[in-house]
Amino acid sequence: MLLLCLVFVLLGLILGYAAQHLKVQGDPIVEQIDALLPQTQCGQCKYPGCKPYAQAIAQGTADINQCPPGGEQTIEALANLLGIEAKPLNTEFGAIKAPTAAFIVEQDCIGCVKCIPPCPVDAILGASKQMHTVIATECTGCELCIAPCPVDCIIMVPIANKPSEWQWSAQHD
Amino acid sequence: MTKLAHFHGGLKLTAHTLSVPIIDSSLPEELIYPLLQRANHYAAPIIKLGERVLKGQMIATVNTPFAAPIHSASSGIVKAIEPRIIAHPSNLADDCIVIETDGLDAALASHSCFDYQQKSPEELRAKIHHAGIVGLGGATFPTATKLTTEQDIHTLIINGAECEPYISCDASLILQKAKEIVLGALILQYILQAKHCIIAIEENMPQAAQALKNAITHSIQLISVPAIYPTGGEKQLIQVLTGTKIPAKALPAEHGFICQNVGTAYAVYQAIIQGLPLTERIITLTGKGINQPQNIRTRIGTPIKHLIAQSGGYNKKVQRLIMGGSMMGIALSSDEIAVTKASNCLLALTGDELENKSTEMPCIRCGDCATVCPAELLPQQLYWYARSGQLEQCQDYQLFSCIECGCCDVVCPSHIPLVQQFRAAKGAIIIKEKQTAQANLAKIRFQNQQQRRAKEEQEQLAKAEKRKATIEKMKAASLAKKKSL
Amino acid sequence: MQFPTTSSPFTPASNTVNRVMLQVLIALLPAVGIMFWLFGSVLLIQLLLACSTALLAESCMLWLRKKPIKLHLLDLSALVSAILLALAIPTIAPWWISVSGALFAIIIAKHLYGGLGYNPFNPAMIGYVFLLISFPQQMTSWQQPFDVISSATVLDHTKTQLGLDFSMDKITTSPLFGYIAGKGWEYLSLAYLLGGLWLLQRKVISWHIPVAVLLGLTIPALTAYLIDSSQFNSPLFHLFSGATFCGAFFISTDPVTAATSNKGRLIFGGLIGSLIYIIRTWGGYPDAIAFAVLLANLAAPSIDYYTRPKT
Repeated sequence: MLLLCLVFVLLGLILGYAAQHLKVQGDPIVEQIDALLPQTQCGQCKYPGCKPYAQAIAQGTADINQCPPGGEQTIEALANLLGIEAKPLNTEFGAIKAPTAAFIVEQDCIGCVKCIPPCPVDAILGASKQMHTVIATECTGCELCIAPCPVDCIIMVPIANKPSEWQWSAQHD
Repeated sequence: MTKLAHFHGGLKLTAHTLSVPIIDSSLPEELIYPLLQRANHYAAPIIKLGERVLKGQMIATVNTPFAAPIHSASSGIVKAIEPRIIAHPSNLADDCIVIETDGLDAALASHSCFDYQQKSPEELRAKIHHAGIVGLGGATFPTATKLTTEQDIHTLIINGAECEPYISCDASLILQKAKEIVLGALILQYILQAKHCIIAIEENMPQAAQALKNAITHSIQLISVPAIYPTGGEKQLIQVLTGTKIPAKALPAEHGFICQNVGTAYAVYQAIIQGLPLTERIITLTGKGINQPQNIRTRIGTPIKHLIAQSGGYNKKVQRLIMGGSMMGIALSSDEIAVTKASNCLLALTGDELENKSTEMPCIRCGDCATVCPAELLPQQLYWYARSGQLEQCQDYQLFSCIECGCCDVVCPSHIPLVQQFRAAKGAIIIKEKQTAQANLAKIRFQNQQQRRAKEEQEQLAKAEKRKATIEKMKAASLAKKKSL
Repeated sequence: MQFPTTSSPFTPASNTVNRVMLQVLIALLPAVGIMFWLFGSVLLIQLLLACSTALLAESCMLWLRKKPIKLHLLDLSALVSAILLALAIPTIAPWWISVSGALFAIIIAKHLYGGLGYNPFNPAMIGYVFLLISFPQQMTSWQQPFDVISSATVLDHTKTQLGLDFSMDKITTSPLFGYIAGKGWEYLSLAYLLGGLWLLQRKVISWHIPVAVLLGLTIPALTAYLIDSSQFNSPLFHLFSGATFCGAFFISTDPVTAATSNKGRLIFGGLIGSLIYIIRTWGGYPDAIAFAVLLANLAAPSIDYYTRPKT
């Protein structure tokens, strides 16, 4: 009896030590969720970026179907990761759209630099009174630059369907 | 008699050989040259709209060894540089140089050179690159780059083993130009400094064998290989001829072998000896859907409808237009598309020559597909995983080692479109990897931005603190001064 | 002119599922013939019952699952399962045995798992095992060949007699025995062997599974026989008794439920062969084909995983 108690106390001490010294820094599940998100940083999920959304999912305060740029693929991947049912995209947060990139119509640009700070990936090149331009390959299509523009000179252009980007699909006609 | 080896799998297919002499195609009104080349490299035009070009004039250059320059196949005016539908499985439009021919066929002056052995291999390779020569077996890999290998090449194989059904352009070329092909082979052998040179043809090409036997010199070996598809694939051919098995992810050059198509050898002859760039090739135009099947010497850039018209037009029952053979060809959406350097065959197929895919049944796991796979894969497992979207398992089963030859697809008793499934799975993996890479890049840029802004904010704060401290100091100093007064 | 665009290849395929199944049915004809000779026309009633139930059940399930009925019925896979089941049960079994067995095999073992190509277990064997476990008495009273008396099979007889401590030489003197194995039954085994060899020649099945099954059975049997021939039967007896050849050539080779790679098939077949021997000698049932096959079906996905190609 006494021996059993001693064994349990010992095990308890080992567990306590492990909980303190072998603790994993940060929350690994948040990193794993973040790795599945498209990193558009658009805020359509109502969180200021992909990492906060990942944290919210981990805490249970957000659902997995709030990310339109991620689409069905991301929802399924998240469902797989968390071991829950996949569900269709919640259209309150936006609709699935074809990939687009921002384009500044140069005739209308007044060089006011108001579009540069909102861009989460620094994809807009420009300075005060200088022509602004979007680096198309870096643009994630988040559309955060559209609202701040005082002359409405930024449009979203669908990313061209080039033969070099084309892939086979499983559906046959 | 050389003892031949076997590769795993393969199929005996009905050859549908066309034994007709080569005719020349007439001059089309337009010549269309897509700027997109293999592996998604683009050529850059060096001519302007409205400029007059001559036959054999270079119209687009490249800045990568993985693409080749483009030459005009006739004289005319550059009508446009605009999107046209290209000969690509996507059947999408992409930028093309469009030349309106003037009917004169005026050619750029060419310089023949018979003593190629007086030149260094580097000079000859440069000439081959300048002539725009690419592998004419269908893969269009730039020949000069293939010949610029750092490996020691001991055997050059000239590939005349035309194994795909319907294609006979190589066989007909050998019949007409055996001497020139042999000379081209010798030039290639000289460039590579290869000890051995083998010309391989299929057993069902006896006339071609005879033509080559008459033209061949003592240093070249002529070997007939069994007519099993896909013996013409370079790795399969090397295994049959020499027993050496080249692993899936390795190049033949790493084992001392280089393969070149007979058409490429002929193009090399034309470039080095005759000084002509690559502007034409032999195309087999056949199938029950065409009224007069032909082997046509075609100018590269000719719209397909021009060739069809020259071959008696379509049969009423035609259902598909395919560029390539019936096993690995590309279905084209329109005959407005122009032929490219890769076009070895054009098939106009009727319903009874085609696979009826509407009767697809579930996979019964019979394993016939694995029995015939030349890459020794398990197509049925790949199919199950591809179909259920388990892409990691597909890669576990070596999906990217699949050469898309179509053997598994043809033997499947359930008529499952296996090749399409594998292509779709490969595409899904490539797209996913691209998206992940883009997302990672966006994440890094975002994190850098956050860090930069945090740093700027801190610097602002530090400045503000400093300013505040200075103001306090000044205030204290002036107060002290006041007091002392 | 415009054309539709699809993926290559464009070469017409020659083989079809129902051609594969048809050849299996043809290969079963010798066995059906011998069974008829041994047991009389009652066999035909069993075949008729099993086949019609199977086809009816398949049609109903296809209709419920909204699949094209004619296409899938004509693939003959239900017929193959039904005939194998009918050949496995005692010919004098009551009509509801073959009917319930066929229903269970087609509805539960095949369609509830997803239909042709998706079932993890051999439907005929599932049907047989269901019957064996639920109705042991009806499933173990066999009609004696050439006669109307019912008796046990030689395997059954051997097991019970060994249990009563008789030695093998005594047991084999029983009138149930013929030249090598059970009287009459050995001809049936020969018929299955011939059918199986024909399937091999036609390349409908590959040699890996049958050879592995037979070797998996022969090697332990030979070893045991050489060690103590009074306790263990000869390998030849094992090969020609029960449903060994039927199991090796027709049941284990069901492509849907077997392993896929050739290496995997050898392991799969070897597993079945050894399990047959183990269950026959030390297990609770006289014949072991069904259980051996089902256990190997369980193992097939793992076998596939460990024998996948690694280039």
